[in-house]
Amino acid sequence: MHDINASRAANAFAPLTASALLVNPVGLHARPSVKLTQRAKGFAAKIELALAADGPWTDAKSPVKVMRMKAPQGATVYFRVKGPDGEAALAAMLALVHDGFGEV
Amino acid sequence: MTEIHLTGRAASPGLAIGPVTVLTAAIARRTASGDPAQETTALQAAIEAATTEIAGLIETLQGEVADILEFQVAMLEDDALADTAYAAIATGAAADHAWRATLDSEIAGYLSAEDEYFRARAGDLIDIRDRVLAHLSGADTVARINAGSVVAADDITPSAFLAADWTRGGAIALAGGSPSSHVAMLARTRGAPMVVGLGPLSWNGHPPALALVDGDSGTVIFDPEPETRRLFEQRMAAANAAQAAAEAGRVAPAYTGDGRRIAVLLNVTAPEDLAGLDPEICDGIGLVRTEFLFEASHGLPDEDTQYVIYRRILEWAEGRPVTIRTLDAGGDKPIAGLTVDGESNPFLGLRGIRLSLARPEVFRVQLRALSRAAVHGVLKVMLPMIAVPSELDRAGVMLDAEVAALRAKGIACARPPLGIMIEVPAAALCAEDFGAAFYSVGSNDLTQYTMAAARDIGAVADLNDTGDPAVLSLIARTVEAGRRRGVEVSLCGDAAADTRLTTALLATGLTMLSVAPVAVARLKAAIAMVRS
Repeated sequence: MHDINASRAANAFAPLTASALLVNPVGLHARPSVKLTQRAKGFAAKIELALAADGPWTDAKSPVKVMRMKAPQGATVYFRVKGPDGEAALAAMLALVHDGFGEV
Repeated sequence: MTEIHLTGRAASPGLAIGPVTVLTAAIARRTASGDPAQETTALQAAIEAATTEIAGLIETLQGEVADILEFQVAMLEDDALADTAYAAIATGAAADHAWRATLDSEIAGYLSAEDEYFRARAGDLIDIRDRVLAHLSGADTVARINAGSVVAADDITPSAFLAADWTRGGAIALAGGSPSSHVAMLARTRGAPMVVGLGPLSWNGHPPALALVDGDSGTVIFDPEPETRRLFEQRMAAANAAQAAAEAGRVAPAYTGDGRRIAVLLNVTAPEDLAGLDPEICDGIGLVRTEFLFEASHGLPDEDTQYVIYRRILEWAEGRPVTIRTLDAGGDKPIAGLTVDGESNPFLGLRGIRLSLARPEVFRVQLRALSRAAVHGVLKVMLPMIAVPSELDRAGVMLDAEVAALRAKGIACARPPLGIMIEVPAAALCAEDFGAAFYSVGSNDLTQYTMAAARDIGAVADLNDTGDPAVLSLIARTVEAGRRRGVEVSLCGDAAADTRLTTALLATGLTMLSVAPVAVARLKAAIAMVRS
């Protein structure tokens, strides 16, 4: 599920991607969105998420935009992360989703 | 004047009577400066002031209520919210018009959501919109609600709710609204009865003076006749007395009104559920869900991790029986790296015992941990989603093998009795054919599989009724199978905590009900009212 296709042979900041299933009961709504964006803001990396592997991509640091995605429970969330602390950022995002944002 | 009966959806339980406060949206007037730079500054200042104001409110609040407002702060602090408004101001729009149009379009996006939880968030956006507008105009647009009154409105914002005093009674009756809204959550935590979805409240110029709100059944009566009011007040008095009696009777064993002893057990979702709880309130634990062990991000839990947690729960119970359910993943409970993605219908797929038998390397670890914990108390192990006897038999063979392996290594262990959940109609119909040590009715799944209706699909939720004669007859059949085989039968689904069903459930012959800790007092009180 969290297959990190990290190809960072040439470029240290190549985008990292992974996906995870939303397991918390009501999807990515108010509280989970706030948690996700707060956690994302702790990283320098550009963090984006989407409901499909090919986007459209949403800024994970904007609660307004994350809420506009209306991601329901059972949806697969795709992450695309680029930046110096990209690996830690991606791991943190996946951990949040897997933990159901502490709501399960 | 004739009384008006309206039926909506119950959003917060309880009964209330009070004078009616009709809320109408206050529209503040503001004179625009006509200068884009000034208008931009005005909007920025209003947003900042609104954010500071909410942040101040948060400091006086805790938990769920604070979370609701933190969401509003997060939205206000996000530049993306006002982008469109600033763009409109740059082309000459007034700050208040630009802000209102921007938020109205954002709100429309929420209202068009398929998911009720997202639609319900529109209430928060309206709240944000109005609070900023209030700061722009310098007027107070947050409606004032008198303590003890019944608020009648199209909808109400969290701010308006929080500005009122709910300690002296009062209730909420809404034309629109949603049980999933933040206001509904607030109403439940503050104990204010609330009914939503009453439909248009039109008074033809004569707003009602008094209202009776029944947050249990979802009904509201405006301007009741004296007799209607008298009966309602009697019900309120009885409900208050029952509440007081329920709290007092929480630690006493449960008996029906005609003296039948009913075991009340606990449902436990995580060990934290038991923190600060007195084991005296229950006759044991009827269901420990073990999914929580597998949902953390650090992979599948090893044998020692599981053993320690199972042992802690058994020790908490102080010799009372504890029923632990083996992993019930799949269906609506996916687990990364374990459940199958993309099944066309996960509820009819590889879930519960089917998944455990398909992944024996994971299942055997859990069986070993359970066998080791079994020496620390009275442990019973329950298998979920059993449909045919061979599934129980295969699990039994695996359990025997793990116990033998532990013994061979000299590790302390005991073989816990293996029982089955009755969730699949096939198992209910043929319960007697299973060599189970006990049966436990999982009423949520049994109901949805019997009625072919999911409870989270609003359009068919009415059909998802555990009180339906078909579901009750499957439960009665299971009880009868248990009686013939001399094994216990309990029920551990949400229906056990639904006190409207207590009489019907006990009529099936059930003598063991398992509920969340918060429901124990209420259930015991409901049991005491039952006479067969």
